[in-house]
Amino acid sequence: MNFIEPHAHFVCRSTDDYQAMAMAGCLIIGEPSFWAGYDRCSSAGFRDYFTQLTEYEPRRAARFGIKHYCWICVNPKEAENVPFARKVMELIPEFLDKPNVLGIGEIGLNRNTPNEIEILEAHIDLAVKTNQLVLVHTPHMEDKLKGTRIILSALKNRPELGPDRVLIDHCEEHTLPIVRDSGYWAGLTIYPTTKLTPARAADLLEVYGRERIWVNSACDWGVSDPLAIPKLAMELRHRGWSQQEIEHVLLENPTQFMSGSSHFQSM
Amino acid sequence: MNQKIDVLNRDFPEARARLLDLAAFLDRVERTEGTADFRWEALQQTLPLLLEQGSERTRHILELLSWPGDTPMTCPKGNTACGAAPRTSSTCSLQ
Repeated sequence: MNFIEPHAHFVCRSTDDYQAMAMAGCLIIGEPSFWAGYDRCSSAGFRDYFTQLTEYEPRRAARFGIKHYCWICVNPKEAENVPFARKVMELIPEFLDKPNVLGIGEIGLNRNTPNEIEILEAHIDLAVKTNQLVLVHTPHMEDKLKGTRIILSALKNRPELGPDRVLIDHCEEHTLPIVRDSGYWAGLTIYPTTKLTPARAADLLEVYGRERIWVNSACDWGVSDPLAIPKLAMELRHRGWSQQEIEHVLLENPTQFMSGSSHFQSM
Repeated sequence: MNQKIDVLNRDFPEARARLLDLAAFLDRVERTEGTADFRWEALQQTLPLLLEQGSERTRHILELLSWPGDTPMTCPKGNTACGAAPRTSSTCSLQ
């Protein structure tokens, strides 16, 4: 079964994982900019990271026939230092022209602080000015509901950024309804302990439908599973979903959203 | 379409295992010395929600464990979520 993994952090995954993904049927990986697990101390560090996303990771993925795309931004965890974040944001425009860049992301919030909100809004402004797709990270655990409300408010303040251009990721049972009601795309993340299981993701797809939604693993430097999507496929098959229905969610939906970028080519 | 019996046949063993994990966690906390914090209170408040009728338990439990409203946070320290929001204090960090 072919699928797209639209949100995975392969800078911290081994090449073995690319191989396993390819063997499982992965055609395309989308990799947003995120927190490395520690706070970077210079904008040069971010430049190196963006270079890895736009040059090295595409080559590493291509060895296994996987097309690698990425998103560029200052992640929410490192947005608390506003002057530093703004300095790093000055780097972003130069990378938006790289052929594997789909847009700005994963922007969003972490602890829902005023400084994080300021940088979130600055990214949204940049996305409007440069006509980019936007990928949004919603906060973890107890911060997620409040953060999602704040994010939706910030997005609604910029109606020029249409609902087809924004995907709000890491939704759960308490945030998916409000994201759906907002009209933006939604993402479900299958990640141990702090996010969904394959069963809960399948439940949400059954309750809320298969349109304008994608699923991902967000695998990173934590204990996480780059094969979460094939495991969801297995769960859906157990529930009687057809191959066509499964591929609609796991292949056609991410294709549809990512096609909003002129850089995206389906396979 | 799946019937209740199909869901039970497929998922009951896993649900039973997770219930036992939760029960063992509760036992483990009670067995140890000292005082628990707001996370224990939060968990205690979620347990009655498991007996709700309907199909919104998961949503209601997540809402109960979440910060309410949409007012931005001013954190004294701490950059990481912990899983529950204290209801009696504005601090968002663990002691």
